[in-house]
Amino acid sequence: MATVETADTAVAEESGVRRRDFINIAAVSFAGAGVVATVFPLVNQMNPSADVLALASVDVDVSAIERGQAIKILWRKQPVFVRNLTEAEISEADAVDAESLRDPQTLAERTAIGKENWLITMGVCTHLGCVPLGAAEGENKGEFDGYFCPCHGSHYDTAGRIRKGPAPRNLDVPEYAFQSDTVVKIG
Amino acid sequence: MSFPWAKQYTPTTEFGQWMDEKLPVPRLVYNSLGAGYPTPRNLNYMWNFGSLAGIFLVVQIVTGIILAMHYAANANIAFDSVEHIMRDVNSGWMIRYAHANGASFFFIAIYLHIGRGLFYGSYKAPREMIWLLGVVIYLLAMATAFMGYVLPWGQMSFWGAKVITGLFEAIPLVGKPIQELLLGGFAPDNAALNRFFSLHYLLPFVIAGVIIMHIWALHIPGSNNPTGVDVKGPQDTVPFHPYYTAKDGWTLGVALIFFTILMFFLPNALGHADNYIPANPLSTPAHIVPEWYFWPWYAILRAFTVDFLFIPAKLLGVLAMFSAILVWFFLPWLDKSPVRSGMFRPKFKIFFGILVVDVLVLGYCGGAPAAEPFVMISQFASAYYFAHFLIILPLLSRLEKPEPLPNSITESVTGKPLTTAS
Repeated sequence: MATVETADTAVAEESGVRRRDFINIAAVSFAGAGVVATVFPLVNQMNPSADVLALASVDVDVSAIERGQAIKILWRKQPVFVRNLTEAEISEADAVDAESLRDPQTLAERTAIGKENWLITMGVCTHLGCVPLGAAEGENKGEFDGYFCPCHGSHYDTAGRIRKGPAPRNLDVPEYAFQSDTVVKIG
Repeated sequence: MSFPWAKQYTPTTEFGQWMDEKLPVPRLVYNSLGAGYPTPRNLNYMWNFGSLAGIFLVVQIVTGIILAMHYAANANIAFDSVEHIMRDVNSGWMIRYAHANGASFFFIAIYLHIGRGLFYGSYKAPREMIWLLGVVIYLLAMATAFMGYVLPWGQMSFWGAKVITGLFEAIPLVGKPIQELLLGGFAPDNAALNRFFSLHYLLPFVIAGVIIMHIWALHIPGSNNPTGVDVKGPQDTVPFHPYYTAKDGWTLGVALIFFTILMFFLPNALGHADNYIPANPLSTPAHIVPEWYFWPWYAILRAFTVDFLFIPAKLLGVLAMFSAILVWFFLPWLDKSPVRSGMFRPKFKIFFGILVVDVLVLGYCGGAPAAEPFVMISQFASAYYFAHFLIILPLLSRLEKPEPLPNSITESVTGKPLTTAS
């Protein structure tokens, strides 16, 4: 060992960098890259698996929903409200000055063009994730005739916008598209 | 820890100083795996497999914990949940193949480690306890590997569970109740699968605990070395870090290359196609064998084909199989030769070679169908296996004339006699 150390020191005196420094850096970098390449799949495995992602979109037949009715469907293991608004509910929503709201949005911004009577929102309160009431017949619709979350008292209006209570945002609108007049694909 | 000239841990930072007073974990690491552990300077590559086995245990624990996140220990869905891991879970196929082949690599490392101990007399005084703990680790590893193989609930899983628990049935009088107790039923089913999963998750941590004791016991006398001669002074040792950490790292790199090749290109080479068929209690696979690392013991089990006196052949086979490993517990007292290393035991060297070949032959027969000539070969090989430990080793230690030992490790390395007195 002694001879090797002497040789190393001699080189170091000339250039300030030893061959061993290079070997150290190269070996540690190589091992580091290997660790990253190994850890990535070990963490990524926790992301949704292929069978979960396969459930990521559902087709809903909305032909049986009368004006003023709503249904609850399950999408990605979460409830989605599909509501067929009445003319009265639409005008009630349009009568509000959107800019005055906590989360300023008009009904038109929350519905599909030409399908303004179809309000499709997540049935998940934006406060802490409870399912608001108001979709089924006879449930408490809150002070603004939309949805009411019983957990912490958030009131949503006929456009699913937050009007009173602790929730920070309007009920989220999922990605959806009408496949035909009666079938909507959510997700 | 073991020698007075061991380097002392001195914290270099204020935080290190503070930590050293409160909870001296860095000091513990320094003294056990760092520069504070003086190690014989002449260790050869056979000394690399203990750390390698430890690293593969970590691989098994990490991949196993991940697999448990996706696996369902229920007889109705266990098989499908494994297919779910293979097809749906992100990189699930890779993690499962790493776990399945990691078991093989763990056993490769552990067998080389055991072989090293056998040849260089690492089981002899003052290292008996290290050896005994090692045998415990091996037994625990076998139980863990067996139960892990049952979890996919394929044909080999099911019939493996049935055959291995069937071994306990051979015990006179209480055998049948014991088998039913182990299975929680009359044949492997949901109850057995659930408890196997629970224990398969638990035992690796027990193994890790015994490994800590194994290393603790090692650090009292310090490592053995290829000459078997005791360390006599500072000139005989080098610090564990960086010398052996770097050397172990090199072996790890080589092992990982082979591991990667197996995992990505031959992932099922060591498995059995039958285990991709869901468990069927009505049909046994034509050729049922355990995993390769159990083959030698399986051959001993099957070598007993006739009843002897009043003892049924089945019980004899089971007793022989367990005795084949339990005899290791007596090894430090069977081999009384004061010379540790096989390097200086000319006759032992030959018999050790024969034992290695014998175990390989047993392994081959264990993987072959239970038919002639393999049964007969297994019988001779089993007889020799026991003869080695029970007859040859005790006799050799009396009859053999060992070669002269070097005066010190340094002398054996440099070829020059030790000049300075330590």
